[in-house]
Amino acid sequence: MKLRPTLLALAATVMALPALAKDVTLLNVSYDPTRELYKAVNTAFAADWKAKHGDTVTIQMSHGGSGKQARAVVDGLPADVVTLALAYDIDAVADRGLLAQDWQTRLPDNASPYTSTIVFLVRKGNPKNIRDWGDLVRSGVQVITPNPKTSGGARWNFLAAWGYALRLPGGNDDKARAFVKTLFQHVPVLDTGARGATTTFTQRGIGDVLVAWENEALLAKKEAGGEQFDIVIPSITILAEPPVAVVDKNAAERGTREVADAYLTFLYSPQAQDIEARNFYRPRSPEVAAKYAAQFPQVKTFTLAEVFGDWRKAQAKFFADGAIFDQIGPGN
Amino acid sequence: MRRRVLPGFGLSLGFTVTYLGLIVLLPLAALAWKASEIGLAGLPRLLSSPRTLAAFKLSFGGALLAASINVVVGLMVTWALVRYRFPGRRILDALIDLPFALPTAVAGIALTAIYAPNGWLGHWLVPLGIQVAYAPLGVLVAMVFVGFPFVVRTLQPVLLSLERDVEDAAESLGASRLQTFVKVVLPTLLPTLLTGFALALARAVGEYGSVIFIAGNIPLRSEIAPLLIVQRLDEFDYATAAALGVVMLTFSLVLLLLISMLQRWTRRWAEQSA
Repeated sequence: MKLRPTLLALAATVMALPALAKDVTLLNVSYDPTRELYKAVNTAFAADWKAKHGDTVTIQMSHGGSGKQARAVVDGLPADVVTLALAYDIDAVADRGLLAQDWQTRLPDNASPYTSTIVFLVRKGNPKNIRDWGDLVRSGVQVITPNPKTSGGARWNFLAAWGYALRLPGGNDDKARAFVKTLFQHVPVLDTGARGATTTFTQRGIGDVLVAWENEALLAKKEAGGEQFDIVIPSITILAEPPVAVVDKNAAERGTREVADAYLTFLYSPQAQDIEARNFYRPRSPEVAAKYAAQFPQVKTFTLAEVFGDWRKAQAKFFADGAIFDQIGPGN
Repeated sequence: MRRRVLPGFGLSLGFTVTYLGLIVLLPLAALAWKASEIGLAGLPRLLSSPRTLAAFKLSFGGALLAASINVVVGLMVTWALVRYRFPGRRILDALIDLPFALPTAVAGIALTAIYAPNGWLGHWLVPLGIQVAYAPLGVLVAMVFVGFPFVVRTLQPVLLSLERDVEDAAESLGASRLQTFVKVVLPTLLPTLLTGFALALARAVGEYGSVIFIAGNIPLRSEIAPLLIVQRLDEFDYATAAALGVVMLTFSLVLLLLISMLQRWTRRWAEQSA
């Protein structure tokens, strides 16, 4: 009976496992285009955590529109961490008392481990010769961008255009308003989400230029085999900072605080920064950024804080009911 | 007391009321409760805004038109399926249900792919000046698509049980084809047609998934009412979203009641003319 000791040992191991190692499950509620990113990050983090603590951590993902995801967490989806497209959506979760109001100062770099920026995707060879924001309002140019009312990503697009006009010589709020109004008159289709807008541009062949997050533009270009589209970097654009945070209340209830904190800190590690760069997000680490310099050309950016204060102010001024977008958006 | 097939009137009524209460009334009550937060004063302002009006006009106008088209085409299709025997009839019959089975987003993407300027139909239609995708016409196409099975499936059993003898009798009494159809067939079918119309209408009014992909969603032009609700939700403005929902429901309820009254009236008319 040679088999018996082996079996016994196996049984003993199986029974001993739960006592030795803690199994932890985290729920990361994220927005749409981070699917591939977090798939890679989660594998790396689980291996890292296992090596350091011997525990098995499983990270479950939920993806959807950023605002919709925030609402789900507000309504009781037990997210341990949220990784969304804009701080306003996490603010909304904080307003319901699920995490501290000062969440954005708890991690470095405005709690955004990776960034992106707003660029233009144009058809191969750039037939309409689109170089900068000003070219978007030339007659005969059609612009595709999603509706900032339903797409968190599109709010960055809107603010990028506004900031560009504001920074022109002699620029002020009135001129910016006129510029963005004209810009939206060039928008033939107002998709509800960023991926929808990308599809409209790439698959349906509508429009001459897609205003998009750089990671989305790079992905779209890669998907098309690099043959159909070019990326144009405007003279100045906004630094999009998608933030992350631990949902204090849920993490405390589920006893996952420690691992949730470690998970978000891991996003700043060299290993994770490399994964983020490979998934077309700009890493914060200068070393990793230098390694991927070819993929991310130099771009002049302004931050939301520099031009608009913070997201609450931007939301109230531009995107709330009856605010500027409702006054100047398409249909007006 | 007359014997009924199934015993236990009290039990079944209790079950019916409880079940309807839980499944239908409770969520609706929650909606009304949430909507009451904006108060009666907020309602006229919300409803009088040009954008809300335009969206409601598109949603209800589009749905009424789509249901009308479905009734006419649905009657023809059902007639062909029931009255004629031809190869491929069963496959055709099975195809009718596909809009039921398809996730609406898939339907929307498929329709958009076909009608977009670079799509199969789109690249013929657009040069002729007919823009379907990203225009109000696209909304109509999507609404027709999702509502179609309702008309056929409600009409089919009634048409199957409709005796051919009656038509033969009408013919032998000297009625023309048109007279037979208008005076004999149509009155019997009308109540059922109205049921199909109501179902197709209700489905089209609330349709979001498929319409959103093909509409273009430009405010005042191709923005449907459910999208307005989603936008309010994205502003974390649950009360206004719920209020818009209640207005849509009330509107739909009034329409459905009207149809049901019309139905009773046509049934009586059918019995009188029979």
